[in-house]
Amino acid sequence: MFRKLTLTAATALALTTGQAIAESETHVHDYDFSFEGPFGSYDQMQLQRGLQIYTEVCSSCHGLEYVAFRTLHDEGGPALPEDQMRAYAEFYEVYDPEVDDYRLATPADKFPAVTSANAPDLSLMAKSRAGFHGPLGTGINQFVKGMGGAEYIASIIAGYEEAPDCAPEDFDGYYNVAFASGGYPDSCIDDHGHNMVPGSWIGMAQPLWGDDVEFADGHSTDIHHEAQDVAAFLMWTAEPKMMARKQAGLSGVILLILLSVLLYLTNKRLWAPHKHKD
Amino acid sequence: MSGIPHDHYEPKTGIEKWLHTRLPIVGLVYDTLMLPTPKNLNWMWIWGIVLAFTLVLQIATGIVLVMHYTPHVDLAFASVEHIMRDVNGGHMIRYFHANGASLFFVAVYLHMFRGLYYGSYKAPREVTWIIGMLMYLMMMGTAFMGYVLPWGQMSFHGTAVITGLFGAIPFIGESIQTWLLGASAVGQPALNRFFSLHYLLPFVLLGLTIVHVWAFHTTGNNNPTGVEVRRTSKEDAAKDTLPFWPYFVIKDLFALAIVLAVFMAIVGFMPNYLGHPDNYVPANPLATPSHIVPEWYFLPFYAILRAFTADVWIVQLVNFVSFGIIDAKFFGVLAMFGAIAVMALAPWLDTSSVRSGRYRPMFKWWFALLAFDFMVLMWVGAMPTDGIYPYISLIAATYWFGYFLVLLPLLGVIEKPLPQPATIEDDFNAHYAPKAGADASANSAE
Repeated sequence: MFRKLTLTAATALALTTGQAIAESETHVHDYDFSFEGPFGSYDQMQLQRGLQIYTEVCSSCHGLEYVAFRTLHDEGGPALPEDQMRAYAEFYEVYDPEVDDYRLATPADKFPAVTSANAPDLSLMAKSRAGFHGPLGTGINQFVKGMGGAEYIASIIAGYEEAPDCAPEDFDGYYNVAFASGGYPDSCIDDHGHNMVPGSWIGMAQPLWGDDVEFADGHSTDIHHEAQDVAAFLMWTAEPKMMARKQAGLSGVILLILLSVLLYLTNKRLWAPHKHKD
Repeated sequence: MSGIPHDHYEPKTGIEKWLHTRLPIVGLVYDTLMLPTPKNLNWMWIWGIVLAFTLVLQIATGIVLVMHYTPHVDLAFASVEHIMRDVNGGHMIRYFHANGASLFFVAVYLHMFRGLYYGSYKAPREVTWIIGMLMYLMMMGTAFMGYVLPWGQMSFHGTAVITGLFGAIPFIGESIQTWLLGASAVGQPALNRFFSLHYLLPFVLLGLTIVHVWAFHTTGNNNPTGVEVRRTSKEDAAKDTLPFWPYFVIKDLFALAIVLAVFMAIVGFMPNYLGHPDNYVPANPLATPSHIVPEWYFLPFYAILRAFTADVWIVQLVNFVSFGIIDAKFFGVLAMFGAIAVMALAPWLDTSSVRSGRYRPMFKWWFALLAFDFMVLMWVGAMPTDGIYPYISLIAATYWFGYFLVLLPLLGVIEKPLPQPATIEDDFNAHYAPKAGADASANSAE
């Protein structure tokens, strides 16, 4: 139903939206996330695992400056029990301008902002990196396959590989097959000006290697599972109201279809005598 | 009001008469609602209602957003996130507002192309058309300034690019750009004034909507045949028309409900699809995004802007003739505004005596090509400026001008139009033939 409804409007638009082609060909894997599609929802356990990875690994450099600790307790999110959420907040210290000093965080506080230079804030990463589009900038991949920022993040984390032979030993950064906008050695560009290897060199060292954390629920900790868990968590930090939004969208669509059926019948009855129909 | 003869409001009770002699507002509403409307209007005549609804939707959601938004370069981005995360229902209100802009432009483009095909711009409806064009320009300005307010990367660098267009005007350009921005670069003064104007212009738009409606209520609606409603008598007019209420109100509401169902699906399930992801990165003057792409609804005219580069011969010619005053950049700006200007001049460029494209065998195909051309421009506007894309832009932009400046004047002379129906009633009955005993069966159904 979703596809039918949106196709009409979207076919016209799908051809025109989005960003132009990336500089470099990249390998972004189409992971299956539970929140894809109009009926998809966050997997609460996955979000909690992602939170754990964020806490134990990512947070040493990155921040989540728009995310309040209290929202970890929200329905449709990681939904930590309230006491756990409160205890979690107390892991962090935040700067309080009123006392001009650091104090323990409360649920009303937000995650600390970026702690390390050159490490972007992750709150909105999953939404701001949804811009890799289908062939010829048509945006079809995003529309048809539901690919977005979460796929991108997971692909980056799992996308570190041995640097190819064409690159000089001391080239700045780390080779990543999913990263489009990083540095690229001239020695890897062929005579026609095309890049010989996918991806580019990213500034961030490989953050996850597999078995970086230990999950209480015994879930697999290989690199792909970890990458997906943290990507799902970052999707939630970027779009914490996704569940509420999809519910509102679904009720809205159903009600409007009902309304249009009623109006269709009214309209038909109204015009029938003038159209010389029964 | 002049126009199609019909029954006007007659106050009957004492209080109605009392009010009517002092303020004939009931009569105004009655005459507006009971306006005789050509009964053969097809489904392309619904977009006006969609536009009116969208304007109200944008104003209503916008007023709530303003309650939580902070127009400050350090706080704007965070205040939008506050709306998305903390304000009750804020994420829905903002997504309605952001996608409402897209709905607005989908509807306005269909509305405009309907007018172009059925010759709605022709006499005596030129004023309606011109006001419509002004409204379209105002919509573009409003949408652009609204996109600046979240103060993301695209907001910031898009503003620099768009106001830079005015900077391309010779001699006075730089002063104009500084005046628009309130400073020599994009910053707090620009954000403040765009916020102010983004709130003001929709109400101007609302006022122009009333004038737009007033104008075509004076001339009467155009219709798919382009044949005018008979005005010889009330009885003749009644054979060609039905009152706006209830016939067209219900029809339009039905169409609106379907359009909104699609809109709701987009807002609910893919609200960021039409936006640019970079706008979820806070504005950073030091980091320019690799591709600055306007919103989809600006792309056709953005493509025309970029089509005329310095290596196109006409640009070089104009540059030479104008002693270098009109360089490629300024030429592009002129072309972009010219593309809208030629559209606004359509009533005077079109020489055909036949209004509706339905009876114009040659026009039909050139019009179809124009619609296709518009889609091509929209697509190529998002493409990079190397490879084959500049050539596609140039061909598509040339056709846009060729259609209005060459084809419209020429077709009216060389084309042999098809016979038109004598009356709207004839056209309507050709679709819905009256059959024997139709009245009896209509009655029995009730």
